[in-house]
Amino acid sequence: MKNFLGTRWGIISVGGFIGVLAPLLQKLGNPGNMGVCVACFQRDIAGALGLHRAAVVQYMRPEIIGFVLGSLIAAYAFREFRPRAGSAPIVRFVLGAFAMIGALVFLGCPWRAMLRLSAGDWNAILGLLGLIGGIWVGTLFLRGGYSLSRSEKTYTSGGWLMPLIMLGFLILLFMFPQIKGEAKTGVLFYSTKGPGAMHAPVAISLIVGLAIGFLAQRSRFCTMGAIRDLILFRIPYLFYGVLALIAFAFLTNLIVGQFHPGFAKQPVAHTVHLWNFGGMVLAGLAFCLAGGCPGRQLFLAGEGDGDAAIFVLGMIVGAAFAHNFGLASSPKGVGPHGIAAIIIGLLVCSFIGLTMRQGKVS
Amino acid sequence: MPEIVDASGLSCPQPVLMTSDKMKELKKGEIEVLVDTDTSKENVSRAAESQGWEVAEVTESGTGYRILIKKE
Repeated sequence: MKNFLGTRWGIISVGGFIGVLAPLLQKLGNPGNMGVCVACFQRDIAGALGLHRAAVVQYMRPEIIGFVLGSLIAAYAFREFRPRAGSAPIVRFVLGAFAMIGALVFLGCPWRAMLRLSAGDWNAILGLLGLIGGIWVGTLFLRGGYSLSRSEKTYTSGGWLMPLIMLGFLILLFMFPQIKGEAKTGVLFYSTKGPGAMHAPVAISLIVGLAIGFLAQRSRFCTMGAIRDLILFRIPYLFYGVLALIAFAFLTNLIVGQFHPGFAKQPVAHTVHLWNFGGMVLAGLAFCLAGGCPGRQLFLAGEGDGDAAIFVLGMIVGAAFAHNFGLASSPKGVGPHGIAAIIIGLLVCSFIGLTMRQGKVS
Repeated sequence: MPEIVDASGLSCPQPVLMTSDKMKELKKGEIEVLVDTDTSKENVSRAAESQGWEVAEVTESGTGYRILIKKE
């Protein structure tokens, strides 16, 4: 059966779908220019679990849970669930952690960078240029023979672990729902102010997450791959998806009154241009070395990829480090140790890219 | 006999990178690419067609797919 979502018009539809729904999630309560942000939302999940105690970013985001479970449903519906694991898991964990740290210095993953741009936050231009730069460096490593080696088929139950973790998170969310004004319900932390306190109704967030997860699994939507494939192969397939996301998000933001052009006073953003750029260089490089943007890693984890699941866990732990160690930025600017973390991250990623080569590919 | 590119178990974009390099090396003929995911199957097929190669046959193998690409 031909996979329509795997065609040019399919990926454009999926990008457009995300582009419309993300600003609407913001309209329904999600934080500014953060209708969907994979990095920010995983950081909020780390906060909800108490892995960090930054009181303003703690919430068990249903969108992330929906991404994994929606992908799982699509993978089973179309016989694409393939449990696999064993491709350099520790490397993927470290890449996940540094990808998150880079994203939190910029204050957003590639998804949010595009949403910020579509809402007129010009600081996102620096972030997107950084993202392109980081991916470009990653393609040099790939050209040089960089490889995380082969994964192997594993037990079905192994492929189920990340979806089960997400199901567990969902059960916790239902067992310990937010009580207005309370910072904790049962084991879950909740922000009472700040971005973590801003969210669309749980059911809507979950349904949108499931729909995006389902469609993105089918279309292979990937914000990093879009740029990487253009640089490496001049293949624009995935790029059409991100262009559609930006275009439709821009139109939706215009219609619902969320387009506010400028650099200053943008929601959950800072204007330190160099480190908006530098943060995303690190994130782009780490995503490229790991083979997918943070959303794609969730969709892969949903279809049974245990290595992508490890990357996701690396991101959640990276978020905890970022907030516990003062690495993450805030609207006031870069965190006290954010710059040091970026430099260390770039060194670690370069070390990985240079040393993990299986013979020169071209 | 087609040249074989075994990209099974490798993550994006390595299957496409290996296939592209083999297409550049051979310029024409037959290449059989082994992959283990539907994503890699689609990516390799798309890359081959963009380089003027024909996807002649896709068959399911034990753990994935065999993609036969050709150029006269």
